[in-house]
Amino acid sequence: MIEIENVRKSFGQLEVLKGINLTVQKGEVLTIIGGSGSGKSTLLTCINGLETIDAGRIVVDGTDVHAKATDLNKLRRKLGIVFQQFNAFPHLTVLENVMLAPVKVLGQSKAEAEAMAVKQLTHVGLGDKLKVYPSRMSGGQQQRMAIARALAMSPAYMLFDEVTSALDPQLVGEVLDTLRMLASEGMTMICVTHEMKFAREVSDRVAFFHKGVMAEIAPPEELFGAPKNPELQTFLAATH
Amino acid sequence: MFDTALTLADLGFLAQGALMTLAVTAVSVIAGTLLGVIFGVLRNQLGTYWSLPITFLLDIFRSVPLLIQLVLGNAAQSILKLGWAPFTTSCVVLSLYTAAYCTEIVRGGISAVPTTTRRAARSLGMTWWQDMRYIVAPLATRVSLPAWIGLTLGVMKDSALVLWLGLIELLRASQILVTRLQEPLFILLICGAIYFIISFPIARLGGYLERRWSND
Ligand SMILES: Nc1ncnc2c1ncn2[C@@H]1O[C@H](COP(=O)(O)OP(=O)(O)O)[C@@H](O)[C@H]1O
Ligand SMILES: [Mg+2]
Repeated sequence: MIEIENVRKSFGQLEVLKGINLTVQKGEVLTIIGGSGSGKSTLLTCINGLETIDAGRIVVDGTDVHAKATDLNKLRRKLGIVFQQFNAFPHLTVLENVMLAPVKVLGQSKAEAEAMAVKQLTHVGLGDKLKVYPSRMSGGQQQRMAIARALAMSPAYMLFDEVTSALDPQLVGEVLDTLRMLASEGMTMICVTHEMKFAREVSDRVAFFHKGVMAEIAPPEELFGAPKNPELQTFLAATH
Repeated sequence: MFDTALTLADLGFLAQGALMTLAVTAVSVIAGTLLGVIFGVLRNQLGTYWSLPITFLLDIFRSVPLLIQLVLGNAAQSILKLGWAPFTTSCVVLSLYTAAYCTEIVRGGISAVPTTTRRAARSLGMTWWQDMRYIVAPLATRVSLPAWIGLTLGVMKDSALVLWLGLIELLRASQILVTRLQEPLFILLICGAIYFIISFPIARLGGYLERRWSND
């Protein structure tokens, strides 16, 4: 369970998160929508401790992420995150990209890590690309590799930050299919996305962020069918 | 074909000079690179403001002509009664000189690694050190290599200046022979050829590594 309690975060004068309260249950798929600059990415990076917070708490399975005593490197093993940028390690093959952290961070043997990497890469449809360098792959393939790389750590939660935003339109589908597959397998996920159709299909709940505030949160039928917040109404009208 | 007074022993003398050049260069490049990596990482970690003292110090080494640094360095070691041999003094000064340039190369290489890539590494649970070791170091090395090769070749040629401290390296050895045999063109030709023979493999190594890494 991820518990976010009254989290505030500023960059200099700019308050980017203005008291966020949100709990994500095990097995839940939550999508976050909202305009650019509304604090969606910042929230995700606060959840895995890449960013500090100024007030409130984030608790993952009972561990306070920002407590001094917390071993972030250990905590991050259970929080997979995939970003908008592809972030492949360009000097490593696809297989090596996926094996690196399991070997170095989890201390798995090469054989163990390779078996897991092959399994995850096959799962996302890259079983035939093991020896290829990332630069030889399309953006969609690189994003699926990044997903497999995160999954190889056997995380309990997956965070996705606009993973299709940097892709050519014809490559969006393959990555969304991978996310749908994960959702259907019961992975706990927080997806920041601009793909409204996708959000409607896979989400248990959808949250709408506006200027650092979670302005509305509801099951998709409700949030898309009968939006209450006026900014959400404007936002949805603009994206259709 | 040539009518020359140059003997085999003279060639041996040149070879000894070449060995001295190689020794001074090797020590300086290795020590200077190690220091450069340390300072380069430090500069990157500390940020522009906190690394100002380092930057200032290294700027001195980069802007004062090497010859002056050698002469002042030698004077300093004598005033401080360190009792350094000319070889030691030469290597220390050249190492600092190399380190000053290498720091910039390393800093540039590290900052060429996208922050987002490093965030991805840290997100996988890698420590700062693991990120440095497995992601930043290989990527920064690829970026920095051409400049580092250039620096190494430059230091090798600049190392000729240690003749001012009395070391008989390749150029000084050639000068001595020129004075004795009065055959400047021929001897300098040989001297140049030896510099080339030493440099060529280093330059080729750079080209080879660049090609090998370009598959990635
Ligand atoms: N590292 C940072 N330093 C300063 N400002 C930042 C930083 N990261 C994000 N911001 C600012 O915080 C605001 C929210 O950013 P972000 O969380 O990326 O929004 P979103 O993902 O919803 O588009 C933006 O105005 C952005 O410019
Ligand atoms: Mg964002």
